[in-house]
This record gives sequence, structure tokens and C-alpha cells, in this order.
Amino acid sequence: MTLRRFFTSLLDTTPYVLALLAALGVASILLLALNAPPLEAVGAIAQGAFGTENATAETLVKATPILFVAIGISVAFRGGVTNIGGEGQMIAGALAGVTVALAIPQAPGIVIIPLALAVGFAAGALYGGIAGALKAYFNVNEILSTIMLNQVAVQMMNFLLNGVLLDPSELGSNAIPKTARIVEAAELPRLSISLPPGLSDLFGTAELFGRTRLHWGLVLAIVLAIVTYILLWRTIIGYRIRAVGQNERASRYAGINIQRNILLSMLLSGGMAGLAGAVQVLGLQYRLQTDGSATGFTGNAGFNGIVAALFGGLNPLGAIPASVFFGSLLVGAQKMQRELGIPASMVTAINGVIVVFVVSAQYFVHRRSRRRSVGGTPEREPAAPIVPAPLETPS
Amino acid sequence: MPDTLPTQPRISQLHMRGMMKRFPGVLAVNNVDFSVEASNGRGEIHALLGENGAGKSTLMKILYGLYRADGGTIHVDNTPLTLRSPQDAIGRGIGMIHQHFMLVPSLTVAENIALGMKSTRGALLDLDRVRARVAELSERYHLKVDPDVPIWQLAVGEQQRVEIVRALYKGAALLILDEPTAVLTPGEVDDFFRVLRQMRDDGHLLVFISHKLHEVLAISDRITVLRDGQRVDTIPTSTASKLMLAQMMVGRPVVLEYDRKPCAPGDVKLMLDNVNALNDRGAAGLRDVTLFVRAGEIVGVAGVSGNGQHELAQTIAGLRPCTSGRIRANGQNITNKSPRVLHRCGMAYIPEERMIDGVIKDFSVAENFILHDHARPPYARGGLFMRFRGIRTASQQAIRDYEIKTPGTETPIKSLSGGNIQKLILARELGRKPQVLIAAQPTRGVDIGATEYIHQRLLEERSKGTAILLISEDLDEILALSDRVIVMYEGRIIGEMPREDVDIRQLGALMAGAQ
Ligand SMILES: Nc1ncnc2c1ncn2[C@@H]1O[C@H](COP(=O)(O)OP(=O)(O)O)[C@@H](O)[C@H]1O
Ligand SMILES: [Mg+2]
Repeated sequence: MTLRRFFTSLLDTTPYVLALLAALGVASILLLALNAPPLEAVGAIAQGAFGTENATAETLVKATPILFVAIGISVAFRGGVTNIGGEGQMIAGALAGVTVALAIPQAPGIVIIPLALAVGFAAGALYGGIAGALKAYFNVNEILSTIMLNQVAVQMMNFLLNGVLLDPSELGSNAIPKTARIVEAAELPRLSISLPPGLSDLFGTAELFGRTRLHWGLVLAIVLAIVTYILLWRTIIGYRIRAVGQNERASRYAGINIQRNILLSMLLSGGMAGLAGAVQVLGLQYRLQTDGSATGFTGNAGFNGIVAALFGGLNPLGAIPASVFFGSLLVGAQKMQRELGIPASMVTAINGVIVVFVVSAQYFVHRRSRRRSVGGTPEREPAAPIVPAPLETPS
Repeated sequence: MPDTLPTQPRISQLHMRGMMKRFPGVLAVNNVDFSVEASNGRGEIHALLGENGAGKSTLMKILYGLYRADGGTIHVDNTPLTLRSPQDAIGRGIGMIHQHFMLVPSLTVAENIALGMKSTRGALLDLDRVRARVAELSERYHLKVDPDVPIWQLAVGEQQRVEIVRALYKGAALLILDEPTAVLTPGEVDDFFRVLRQMRDDGHLLVFISHKLHEVLAISDRITVLRDGQRVDTIPTSTASKLMLAQMMVGRPVVLEYDRKPCAPGDVKLMLDNVNALNDRGAAGLRDVTLFVRAGEIVGVAGVSGNGQHELAQTIAGLRPCTSGRIRANGQNITNKSPRVLHRCGMAYIPEERMIDGVIKDFSVAENFILHDHARPPYARGGLFMRFRGIRTASQQAIRDYEIKTPGTETPIKSLSGGNIQKLILARELGRKPQVLIAAQPTRGVDIGATEYIHQRLLEERSKGTAILLISEDLDEILALSDRVIVMYEGRIIGEMPREDVDIRQLGALMAGAQ
């Protein structure tokens, strides 16, 4: 039985591997069309993403907000809610977080940081909760509402950044819209790893990531992934969210409150995206700034998080490597552009190709598992909610 | 090909010998011989009988070119036949109608039939020609179909006729029907059988797959019984009996009639008083339904599908609003109360659509077992964390007690067979020691072995003093279990009688709406 299980799970993962290979194949063709040798391109990406201590740190810095969002998306999708609003919820969290940090500059860090994070979470949760409540109580399609709320959030941010939140020193100037800098006490500390003597020789430094932008947000995100994993699979709350996500009718008959759980999964999902925004402010930018475009502040983490969540199998722990993978693509693309003259937006295209293939693989695995059976023909099933594909590919 | 459609069937005999088909982990078809033969211009209806998973569909999918056999030969009129795809089979006059129909809902009947056929008008569909031919075929075989109606407007019985017409249109001389009656009401089955007989008398060969004994006995000329992928025997229908077929299917002696202790009903446990409810289309689904069930009795609700039984079960179970009237269970008013309140009043429910209402298909056996009580000890502690030890112990116990065939507690429920899923639901619902049990179609799509088991369990529950409302479209089941029989027609109760007084003919007339 265990052997059979092993082969079954092998068969289940094969499509993903094949999908990745196929995606790489298509990507190679794209690269060749640009007159770039694919292996060198991949090499440049890898080199750019992990080649140096600083490159690795940058990859992890990029991965951090993606991971926060991906954890939240995993919860929402598991709960049957297709949350496409990571961008908007992230902005809500950042606005709230930066407001707290700017409002109480005299308070000690131990007060400001947890408070700003908590308020950032709450703001993201409320923002996601709007779509959740609309779906739960008025049957409004959450894909549409979250996408629209993304637009609203961007406009709101631009409005505030050009108004009440504008850095007083920038008044009258035509510079980038941004808030004032938060006080030093409010900054999330930088993250470095002190190496024991043996290892420090190996790495050539005693303090790994000592002079990089890597911050404690990464640790926070990883802890959150573990906590969320436990929440989903070890607690009553998670059981209910997953039950409602899989089958509303059976859940209702089981006495589970459908509406409340839909709302809850959106609150949690939005909250985690909100944390992504607040952490980006407290850990990296030390202010909220944007170039005025839709993704000026988020750097698209709200969308990339969706893809990373799917990639991670809607499992918060799986989201960790998936987020690092996407972080490395983003950072490595710069190097590729510098070295080979391939536009960095090429990575966006490759990204899209990977998404298409992996989501197809997911569909395939799902179909296959429907046919598998023990001791008889499996029951006829209602149309199954496969993992919903994101409407927008990341860019 | 569609122009010069053969009116004369082209196959007089077909032989499959030593067929083998292996799937990962199962030998689905193991050295099976099967034949269909016409004689003197008269065709044959050969029934393929077996429990779920016996290999019936697989054997026939080989014949239709959907699966490649791992061994064995097929001869048509003594020439070997190699099948690489359904196209090959269709080209040789073999058609198949699947368990699940393959029609495009938004297209009309004629468009569906024309689909995938060569047209004389190039890229354009030849709808007039199709219409004429469809009319001709429906006339000949009494298959009423209107070529210009879109599929989605048709009832399942009508869709099935469309499938048959399409197969005949493609020139099928041998037609495989995979569990065709599963979707039909008893009245429709009679019409359907008339069509099959007409086709046989016209020289068509028919393979009729089923696991329903009385149907096989009623329609076939010969019967082949499969069990676990092997052929048990092939016998002329005239020499077969229900009991003997059942034993061949199950592989052990079975009980088709239970000895029931006389019923000693106690207090009224479930009471419906002038209950009204809407159906899914917003029309009246239940009209002034009044009934009661006492402790220790089984009340059977008979009726042709779609006469309110579905709404009745859901309304009592709290899943459909009751627009007027009152429902009381165990002395408490439960009208329009939430399922949670109903559970507290000692109600249990075996839902009709078990994959939708009964289980969460991607959840494991254990997770489904705790569906109602997941937040209570021993399955949870401290109101937050699940207790896996408690969950595992209890579900292992249920698996043993209810003889559920599953590799383990962590197996996704969807990979179990219908009978085993139903046993798990039974384990969960009866485990709560209910005082009132609503059992809706408890054995639909369930194999004989599990059916027998479920029936015994229901009777056991009755002797423990549970009030049971049994809603079933299977008249045999109603008659085998009930102490009282109620007949529903168009949402109303139009007849009620003690089991002893049931006269089958009168019951049939009531089901058809006669007062
Ligand atoms: N496509 C398939 N892949 C793997 N196993 C299958 C497949 N189709 C059927 N089986 C298995 O083969 C056996 C026979 O199935 P089937 O022919 O559908 O039975 P029946 O039609 O008699 O109910 C069962 O154990 C079933 O699980
Ligand atoms: Mg079958």
C-alpha cells in the first residue's frame, strides 16, 4: 500500500515537473527568438538571484511580501473564495501601518512596531472583508469586487499621498508622492546571521547578510506560514474554512455557518496581504512611496502572491519555496538584462508561461485523482471546484 | 455515410474471447468471453450484469474502442476486428451510450446529431437532411424527439432518446447501453424497454448493462454475470431467477427478503402538519403534506421521481424553507430551524445526493466522519485544536463496525465506491443515536452487498425504537422495509396504507396519480 501510495504521489507530482520543463522549453524558444542563448539566460538569472550574498538577500527581500500575500491567498482559495485583491489589501495595510508609525513617533519601537503591524493586518482584513461580506451576504462575485477594490485602493493611496500623508518637506515640489520617513524606532530590524568560526571561513564573513537590506519581515512571514498551516489543518477553524470551500451544501447540513466562514477566510486573507504592505513600509522603504502607477508601491506582490500560492499547492508551507522562486526570477531578471541585453520584462513573459503550464498541470492532476478509485467505481461528482486560475497574470 | 444510412443491421454475430484489461492496481477485466448473436433476422438483447466495479463498463469500452485491451480477440461475423478508437468501432456499426450523456446542452437535438458527422454541404451543417432522418428513426422506433429543441430543455429520459437516435443515425448495428435505466423513472423504463424490443426485433444487437435484477430479467434474452472482472456464467434469461442472479453477482448467498419483527410503534416522533414548500423552480413542491412517524416504525414514501420526495426530505432536514405548516420532531417545533438545532433534537439524515449533501469529496474518510461533531470531544479539545488521536480511533471503529472498504482513514472519500461512501454516512448518522431518521434513496447506485447491509442496519435501528422515514423510488425497497406506505403525487400525499394491505397494482395506479 505504501509503495502504491508512493507511486500515486509520484504520478501526482510528475505533471508539475513536466509542466515546469515544458514552460522552460517555451521560455527557451522565446529567448532564442530574441537571439539569446537560453542556458546563458538561465545562468544569468540564477547568478543574479543567488550569485552573491547581496543578490541572495535581495531575492529574499522580494520574496517576503510575495510570501505574506501567498499565505493569505492560500487561506482564501481553500475557503472557496477567489481573492484577486492582494494588491488592494496590501495597500490598505501599508496606509494603515505607515499612519500608525507616523502618528506616534515618540513611542518606543516595542510599541510602534507591533501596533503598526497589527493595524496594518486589521486594515487589510477589513479591506478584504468588504469583498468577503459582499460575497457571503449578497452573493456578489468576489473576483469582480476584489479587482475593483484594487483600483479603489490605488486611487485612495494616490489621493492620500498627494494630500494629508504627503511628506511636509515635499510640499509644493513635484517629486514622487511619498510620506515622511518613519522614525528609526519604528523600523523593523535588519536581519543578519552571525556565523560560528568554522562557517565564517567558508562564507568569508562572520555576519551573513550583515550589509544587506534583508529584514526581519522574512522571519515573520515564515512564522506566519507555519502558524497558518497549523490553523488550516490542525484547528477547528481551518477545518470549517476548508469544508465550506469544498462543499457548501454538505457544510451547511453539518451545521457550519457558511457566511461567517466565507467572511472569515477573506478577513484572514486580506489581513495577511495587509501585513505584506505594513512590513514593506516598516522593513524596507521606511515610508510609503509610489510612482503613481497601479503597482508603484506593491511591485506587483499582490498578484505574484496569487501565483506563488497556486505554485505552493495552496499550502502555506509550499508557498515559502514558491515565493523565493518568484523573488529570484524578479531579481535575476535585472542581471539578465544587464548581461545579455534581454529586456527584464522577458521574465514577465516567462512567468506567464509558467503559470499557464502549472495551472494546466493542476487541472490535470485534479482530473486524474477523480478517476482513481478503490474497491469500485467512484461516485459521480458535482462539477468540482478546481483551483481557480488567477484572472491576471503577474507582471 | 449518413446519406445512405443502413436500415439493415450489418452484424449478425460478435465474439469477444479471453479479454483482459489491467488498470494500475486492478485487473478490471480478466479473461472474459462475451458474445452477441442474431438469429433468423431477430437480434439479441444480451444483459451484462454485475456489481459496481465488476468490469462491465470496462469490457464494453474495449468493444467501443475507448480502451485498448491487454489481451483477447474480437471477431465480427468471423472476421477479426482491431479497434484503435471509437471511430473504428462506429465504422464497424458499434455504438455506445454512456452512463453520462455526451450532448452539448446549448445545441438543438438536430445540431447535436449532426455534430461530428460529415456533411454534404461542406462546412455547413446539413440540418434538413438530419431532421428528416431523425423523424424517420423516431417514427420507426417510437423514439419521440423534437429535432429543434435545445438539449438543456430536455428531461434526462428525452436526452437518452436523443443519444439512441444519434447512435442509430450513425448506423449502429450493435448498441451498447451502459446502465441506461439509472436515470429513468419506472414509467419511462417501460417505454424504454418497448424501444429496445422494437430494435431487437428489427435485427439490432443490444448489450444492456445493469446491476438491477428485475430489469435484466424483464428485457434480456441472455445474461452474462461478471464479478471482480471475471465472467461467472452466461445463461438464457428464461432459466434465470432473481435469487440465483444475486448470488452469482455477490458470490455468496444473499437475502432479498428480510424477516421483520412485527412493528410495535411507540409515540409519535416526527410530525408534519400541512407543510408547504417550493421546489427549485419556485413552484409548489410540497402541498399540504401531513404525516407522522412513530418510534420503532418505518414509514415508506413511494412515488415516481419528481413528485415532491426530494423536497420532502430536504424540508424536514432543514435544508429547504417551509413556506407554511409545521414540523415537529421529538416534541419540539423544528420548522425552519437550522440543521444544528435539528441535530440537537435527535434528527439524522441520509441525503439523496450523497456526493453533494452527504460528504465533502476531497476530505478524507476521517474528516468526513466527524463532519457534524468536529468541534466536540473526542474530536477537538479546548474549542480550537482538532484531536487526531480521537478522530482516528473513532473512524477506525466506524470502518470496522460498518464494514467500510477503504485503504485507511486518510483516504479521500471520493475514491471509495458508492456503497462504501453510503456506509460511512450511515456510520456517522446512526452513530449519533438518532430518534428520528430521514433516509432518502439510501441505496440508490449502491451494490447489492452494501444494499443488503444498509437495509439490515435500518431494520436494526427500527427495533431500537428510531422513527424512520424512508423515501425511495425503489418500490422493492419500500415494500421490503416499510410498516406503512405513503404515496406522493405532484407534491401531495394521495394514499396511505399499512404494508400488509398494499396491493401492487393499486399502488402503481396511485403513483401514476389515480385517486
Ligand atoms: N480509467 C480507469 N483507470 C483506473 N481504474 C479503472 C478505470 N476504469 C475502471 N477502473 C477500475 O476497474 C474496475 C472495473 O470498473 P468498471 O468497468 O467501471 O466497473 P462497472 O462498470 O462494472 O461498475 C474498477 O475497480 C474500477 O475502479
Ligand atoms: Mg459502469
